[in-house]
Amino acid sequence: MCLAVPMRVIEVRGDMGVAELWGVRREVGLHLLEDVEVGDYVLVHAGFAIEKVDPGEAERTLEMLSEIAGA
Amino acid sequence: MIGVPAARPSNRYIDAFRDGRVARRLADAIWELVGKGRFSFMEVCGTHTVSAFRSGLRSMLPDGLELRSGPGCPVCVTPNSYLDRAIALGRKGMTLATFGDMFRVPGSSSSLLKERAMGAKVHVVYSPLDALRLAEDSDGTVVFLAVGFETTAPAVAATVLEARSRNLHKVKFLVAHKLIPPAMRCLLEDPDVRIDGFMCPGHVSVVIGSEPYRPLARDYGVPCVITGFEPLDMLQGIYLLARQKAEGMAEVQIAYRRVVRPDGNTKARELMEEVFRVVDDEWRGLGPVPESGLRLREEFGEWDAETIPVEVEPAVEPSGCRCGDVLRGTCSPPECALFGRACTPEHPVGACMVSSEGACAAWYRYGR
Repeated sequence: MCLAVPMRVIEVRGDMGVAELWGVRREVGLHLLEDVEVGDYVLVHAGFAIEKVDPGEAERTLEMLSEIAGA
Repeated sequence: MIGVPAARPSNRYIDAFRDGRVARRLADAIWELVGKGRFSFMEVCGTHTVSAFRSGLRSMLPDGLELRSGPGCPVCVTPNSYLDRAIALGRKGMTLATFGDMFRVPGSSSSLLKERAMGAKVHVVYSPLDALRLAEDSDGTVVFLAVGFETTAPAVAATVLEARSRNLHKVKFLVAHKLIPPAMRCLLEDPDVRIDGFMCPGHVSVVIGSEPYRPLARDYGVPCVITGFEPLDMLQGIYLLARQKAEGMAEVQIAYRRVVRPDGNTKARELMEEVFRVVDDEWRGLGPVPESGLRLREEFGEWDAETIPVEVEPAVEPSGCRCGDVLRGTCSPPECALFGRACTPEHPVGACMVSSEGACAAWYRYGR
C-alpha cells in the first residue's frame, strides 16, 4: 500500500498538478510540497506528490553502486 | 507504425535501478560480506517483500541471509473491529470509499466485496481526494476508510483540510492510520523475534526521515537501513546492512537518497500534526502498541466517522490463522497449516493472504 512512483510534472495550477509516467497522465495533489515546477520529478502516492526526486542524489547513488559492483 | 507498440519512454529513476549486471555484482559483494555468517533481516514494508520476490532477488542471496516479512502491510495489521465498523456503516446506507487493498480483506463475518454484492455502496478509489468528488456528487454520506502508515497519512490530512475549506460535510473519515517506529520497537522488545537488521520502509521514511530510527539502532544495537523498492535499491539496502554486521556497527543509513532526506518531509508532517492526534493503538499480531496510531483531532469531529453511532458485531479472529505471527516475523507463511490449503488468494482466511503486499499472498504467488 506504500507504493509510490516517480512521475514528471507537466502542469501546475495551485495545489493541483498533472504528472506523467510512461505516457500515463494523472492529476496529483501538490499540497505536501513547496515550489513544485513543471519538469520536476515527484514521487506520487495515493494521488499526492509526497517528495521531489533529487536528480543529483540519484546519480551519486548510481555511481556508488557501480563502485561497489566494481564496474 | 500501426500495430507496433511504441517503446515505453524511459524513466531514469526506475530503469537505471533495474540494471541486471550491476545487480549481479552487488549480489556477489553481499555473498562476500555474509561469508559463513547467518543473518535475519526484516523487510519492514510489505512492498519490499513483494519486490524481493518479483525481481527474483531472493534467489541471488546467500543461504545464510534470511529476509523476513514484517508488520508493514496496513490492511494486514488493521484489526477486524475496524472493518466490522466500516461494514456496519455501509449497512446503514452510507457510501464507503476504500483503497483497493482493503476491498477483499475478511472482517469478522463479511468483507467489503461481499457487502457490495449484497447491495452496499462500496467504491474503490485511488486517492482520498476521490472520496471528496464522490461526496460532492452524492446525496448521502461518504465514508473514506483511512488506513495506511506515515506515507499515506499526510495525503489524508490534506484531504481532510480540503473538505473543511470546501465546507463539505457529507464526507467522513474512518481513521486507523498507524505509525511504524513504535511497531518496530515493539518487535525488538519481543523475546521470540530475532532481527539482525531492519530494511526500513522507504516511503514511510520519505515523510518521517531517518531520525526516528536512531533510538532503535542505539538502544537495541540493530542496524537500520532505509531502503527503496527497485532491485538495485533493495540490494544496496541489504549490502549496507551486511556491511554493518561485518563491521559490528548499528547505525541508521539511507540507501534511498533520491527521495529520502534525513529530516523527511516537514510540510507533510505539519499537516499530519494539524489534523491528527497520536493514540495507543491495536495491531493485528502485535496487540496494543503505545503511541502507534493516529485519530482525528477533536476540532475535526464533524468529519470523524468514529462518532457515527452504529451497532458493530463483536470481532472474531479466524481460528488457525497465523497472520499475527507472520506480521511479527516469527512464522514464515508456509509454516502456517492453512497456507495454500484452507487459505488461498481466491479464498483467503487472513488478511495477509489477500492484500497485494501481504506476506502470505506474496509467498503464494512467487515463493512456492
